[in-house]
Amino acid sequence: MLDMLPLDQIIIAILGWLAIGGIGIIVPRNFTLISRVLFPLGALCSLAVALFALTAIVATPQVAILPFGLPDLPFHLRLDALSGFFLFLLGAASAGISIYAAGYLRPGEGTAPGLQCLLYHFFLASMAGVLLADDAYAFMVAWETMALTSFFLVTSDHRSAEIRRAGYLYLLIAHVGAVGILLSFGVMAGSSGDYTFDAMRTFSTEGIWPTVAFLLALFGFGAKAGLLPLHVWLPEAHPAAPSPVSAMMSGVMLKTAIYGLLRVCFDLLQVQHWWWGVLLLVLGLASAIFGVVFSAVQSDMKRLLAYSSIENIGLIFVGFGLTLVFKSFDMPLLAALALTATLYHCLNHAFFKSLLFLATGSVLHATRERNLGKLGGLIHRMPWVTWLALIGVIASAGLPPLNGFVSEWLLLQSFLFTSGLPQGYLNMLLPVAAAAVALIAALAGFAMIKFFGVVFLGQPREAKLAQAHDAGRLERLGLLWLAAGCILLGLLPNVVIALLDPVTNLLVGSGLRGAASSQGWWLLAPISEARASYSPAIFLGGILLFTLFVFVAVRRCYHGRLQRGPAWDCGFPQQTGRMQDTAEGFGQPIRQVFSPFFRLTREHPSPFDAQPRYRVVVEDPFWSWIYLPVARLVERGTRLVAFLQQGRIAIYLLYSFITLLTLLVLTRG
Amino acid sequence: MNFYALFAQLLELVIALLLAPLLTGWVNQCRAWFQNRSAPPLLQTYFTLHKLFHKDALLAHNASSLFRAAPYIIFSCMALASAIVPTLSTDLIFSPAADAIALVGLFALARIFIALAGMDVGTAFGSLGARREMLIGFLAEPALLMVIFTTSLISQSTSLSTIVETLAHREFVIYPSLAFAGVAFTMVSLAENARVPVDNPTTHLELTMLHEAMILEYSSRHLALIEWAACLKLFAYSCLGIALFFPFGIPEAADPASLAVAGAILVFKLLIGGFLLALIETINAKMRIFRAPEFLGTAFLLAVLAMLVHLLLEVGP
Repeated sequence: MLDMLPLDQIIIAILGWLAIGGIGIIVPRNFTLISRVLFPLGALCSLAVALFALTAIVATPQVAILPFGLPDLPFHLRLDALSGFFLFLLGAASAGISIYAAGYLRPGEGTAPGLQCLLYHFFLASMAGVLLADDAYAFMVAWETMALTSFFLVTSDHRSAEIRRAGYLYLLIAHVGAVGILLSFGVMAGSSGDYTFDAMRTFSTEGIWPTVAFLLALFGFGAKAGLLPLHVWLPEAHPAAPSPVSAMMSGVMLKTAIYGLLRVCFDLLQVQHWWWGVLLLVLGLASAIFGVVFSAVQSDMKRLLAYSSIENIGLIFVGFGLTLVFKSFDMPLLAALALTATLYHCLNHAFFKSLLFLATGSVLHATRERNLGKLGGLIHRMPWVTWLALIGVIASAGLPPLNGFVSEWLLLQSFLFTSGLPQGYLNMLLPVAAAAVALIAALAGFAMIKFFGVVFLGQPREAKLAQAHDAGRLERLGLLWLAAGCILLGLLPNVVIALLDPVTNLLVGSGLRGAASSQGWWLLAPISEARASYSPAIFLGGILLFTLFVFVAVRRCYHGRLQRGPAWDCGFPQQTGRMQDTAEGFGQPIRQVFSPFFRLTREHPSPFDAQPRYRVVVEDPFWSWIYLPVARLVERGTRLVAFLQQGRIAIYLLYSFITLLTLLVLTRG
Repeated sequence: MNFYALFAQLLELVIALLLAPLLTGWVNQCRAWFQNRSAPPLLQTYFTLHKLFHKDALLAHNASSLFRAAPYIIFSCMALASAIVPTLSTDLIFSPAADAIALVGLFALARIFIALAGMDVGTAFGSLGARREMLIGFLAEPALLMVIFTTSLISQSTSLSTIVETLAHREFVIYPSLAFAGVAFTMVSLAENARVPVDNPTTHLELTMLHEAMILEYSSRHLALIEWAACLKLFAYSCLGIALFFPFGIPEAADPASLAVAGAILVFKLLIGGFLLALIETINAKMRIFRAPEFLGTAFLLAVLAMLVHLLLEVGP
């Protein structure tokens, strides 16, 4: 198997996933087999995909034609550097998630384990299919399979009405988006009727049609990625899904949308306009600010992470937009810098967001609680999950020396280069956008501190938390894998940049490898050392060395004596866990500073209440701005059309007859 | 990497560690003079640290290992930060390891650990302080980054050494943008170092504490490390201000003669800086916590203005 082409190797690994899913549905109730054998095997397939994809990134593009599909349109597959990179992301992140899922599955939770096994592995295979597809038909088939399998995974606990509602919303927006993608492919195929991507690459570069195709693709892929204003499904679907599925959707599936838009913008369309980039930049910034502000006021831990995903997708789109701007002004090196930041952030987000979602899964299993207001103090009960989640939190807050900081650093660097653009206004506006990125990064820190501090630190807010148990062995392994990814991606930026080099060369015709690798593995200097440099290894080494030195020095020069006593707290004698800040309390400064963002409903207790209650509901304003009016409009429209539905067969036959007649007349003329 | 660079780096680190408590002592002394009180000795901070290190550590029953590790991490972050900012020479070993953006990241890392430590014991004041500190943090950090962006647009680099070399050693140009950026930087530094008008380092009144509320549960060596780290942070910010706005006198070379001159100039600048800080703290009153967003918002807008002034006036269309 090792001397085959990477494409064939990857196809075999995908078939492996399909086979595992198939076996799962044959033995739907055999819990031990499914959780102890099939899911770990799936993780092995993921690992294989990641390894083979690594070789594919540097190999020449390969094509294959599968003997399925329509009679005159078989499935075309193509594996180039871009697909290879995203396949690596898929394989590397899903390896950890699958191992975790093996330990996370519990008999009697949600649908039958065999069915979950089938859906989960078909979901993985369909994502790989999206990344490999080389014609619109294969792409749409894989895309729809991905949407459907993930829908069934989201609604795996379908007895709850809330979860069914979330699943419905997800399915609806996924399909509205799919229509956009389909139309975009239709525009690009033109009148030729040839739906292979090869034919689309020769699509005309003149007139309005490339812009139409771009906008349709932006709508379609934006709906999947959770770009404003099509983000509303994310905070509903992520909390509803089982945690490994949330991790997979947030960490990996959102990236397939990024992949799709990259494919359309830089590969299929041969022309780019600078204002496309500005549009993406503005949408990305809006999503990021909106996402981070909302994530800071949530009180459900998975919703908090879901809004944080919107923020990260926003940042990815900011980098994407910058890449488009630079590419359209023909500045390949800067475009490569911005694109590197974008792709790097995709990879980082896949790791740290999966890690955090899986950590919430362990908390959920240990406490049966998603509400931040009823958690707390888990560091004493669940040390493994706590410390691994801390790594994810630091990475997600974009702090050195972990991976989140590297991509943010690269993004800010690419903003600082914009002053050479031929557009005067852009020169002015882009640094202000950099200010917004800085604000977003700082707010992300706030949201992450809230998440970690309220869940894991302090005193338990409920008595039942004393029974919480740490994650099992397989769960720990999955978490460890992802945490190690966060650390390695943070410490070895030059290795990652060398990996991204073929991708940026393919898409924008330049790479950073030369500049980055001339300094040695430990120093990241994307343009030159005098311009900007950062060395995470020295950073981490410095902090660890200082810490060790101070620790030893304090003990040598003085002593290490320690006593325990009750907490001081300015001398207040009675302390309970209820006196700590709740999630609402911690988010209060954000509600105050960003009050125009929110629709708040608050209930204050009166001083004479026997059972005082404080309630605050923060609503997403986009519901009342867009979704509810659209829903009302659709309802009114359908009521107009409803008179057609008479319920009598004769009338329906009449409709068919009239349609047939009309068609005959039309085709005659 | 040469011998002098290593020597300059070590010297800078040692000077930072030793001089930082002295700077705090100097500010306290100046403030006492302004406020017509009898001043504590200049070396008071050292005495306090020494006393704290001698005491037995007292921990709350449910303090976790994160709580115990945090002071060491915060201290090393601040030590690393003061080693990164060029004060005596621009030829340092650590200078390629972290540019100005990474320096801001380092401050943020320390802030996150102190906030987490504040939440760890689970008292009402700890989480209150953590929340307020993060509020100040997310308002101050973008403003600080904008200040740094302005200076790095001028020198076409985010590396602190290159910024200093550009501003101090090329032909003398007056940059109006730096005036705006300087005011913004001063406001941010006041907030970040828990100074009046945003916070009061001497208060222990429950409702007004920010920084002090988070570290209420700390005692002895842990508290000493945190206090020392606070001194180092003030020192690092002062040096950053000097490097960005008054870099004259920081040599590029690292031979002993120029290091000695640079050291003398640095002490002189710090004396003036500490004096001005005490003046600001005396003539201002502490503001309500929810006035802080306005204060830092102003700083942010000033920093953005500085950048626009630079792009409009200094680069030219």
